[in-house]
Amino acid sequence: MGTAPVELERPDVESVTAPDTPWITLVWNDPVNLMSYVTYVFRTHFGYSKERAEKLMSDVHHEGRAVVSSGSREEMERDVTAMHSYGLWATLQKDD
Amino acid sequence: MAVHGFRRSFTGRIYLRTDTVERSILTDLVGQLEEFVAPDDDWADADPLARMVGIDPDAARSDDPALARLFPDAYSDDEEASSEFRRFTERSLRDTKLAHAATVRATLVRSGDKLVLNEAEAQSWLGTLNDLRLTLGSRLGVEEDNHDDFLELPEDDPLFALFHVYDWLTFLQDTLVRALTGLDTQFLDTEIPE
Repeated sequence: MGTAPVELERPDVESVTAPDTPWITLVWNDPVNLMSYVTYVFRTHFGYSKERAEKLMSDVHHEGRAVVSSGSREEMERDVTAMHSYGLWATLQKDD
Repeated sequence: MAVHGFRRSFTGRIYLRTDTVERSILTDLVGQLEEFVAPDDDWADADPLARMVGIDPDAARSDDPALARLFPDAYSDDEEASSEFRRFTERSLRDTKLAHAATVRATLVRSGDKLVLNEAEAQSWLGTLNDLRLTLGSRLGVEEDNHDDFLELPEDDPLFALFHVYDWLTFLQDTLVRALTGLDTQFLDTEIPE
């Protein structure tokens, strides 16, 4: 199934001036998603260890959000797309 | 009545014991979900090239909170980037959800009291159960700490039945995750007191 976003050719001024600026994917807490499921998604999609996945899940639950990955904007768009297809509430932003 | 969750058999197969009433409720819910997430559009009239690569020029954030939750903004601080991201991705996200729902429906149609899933079908079940819970959770107004309020609703309150369906789907999804991750679900079958 095609869930990867199509590469966009956009005049992105910020990424032109600062190509190395890292981007991050955030997953936000919501009252519906199960802790067991969120942990499962982090393990399955990112290949994180059980411990790391559980720590991230716990951060999402208690802090309201957690940074689950970082990298280029395109990579983060792919991660956000994947999180949305799992039904998790995720966003990306520049890490500043 | 005994409510069964998903289990993994000794031979490694994922299965769920269901009765006709449960299968009929699930089939009904899945049908409603398909209607809910299906795009209501003139996609057929869209630019053929855009259609081919999955671009939906009309994709926009829904005013319906449940749809907004199923198809959230990708940027919390950049509306324009969110809109663009949505035009390029929402169509395939809808297609993914519909494909999962169709798989779930097919497994319900072919099954008797013992529903047996392969790994790919189990993934579709996980996705669909989650979509259903997000939708019902949004309709019910489920929040972090109001679970008990629903349990105290009078039985003739329309939300009472809806919440119990939501609660059942939660149980199904949790047992399915546990079955997939190899955690023993043997002791999770519960008796609902009459």
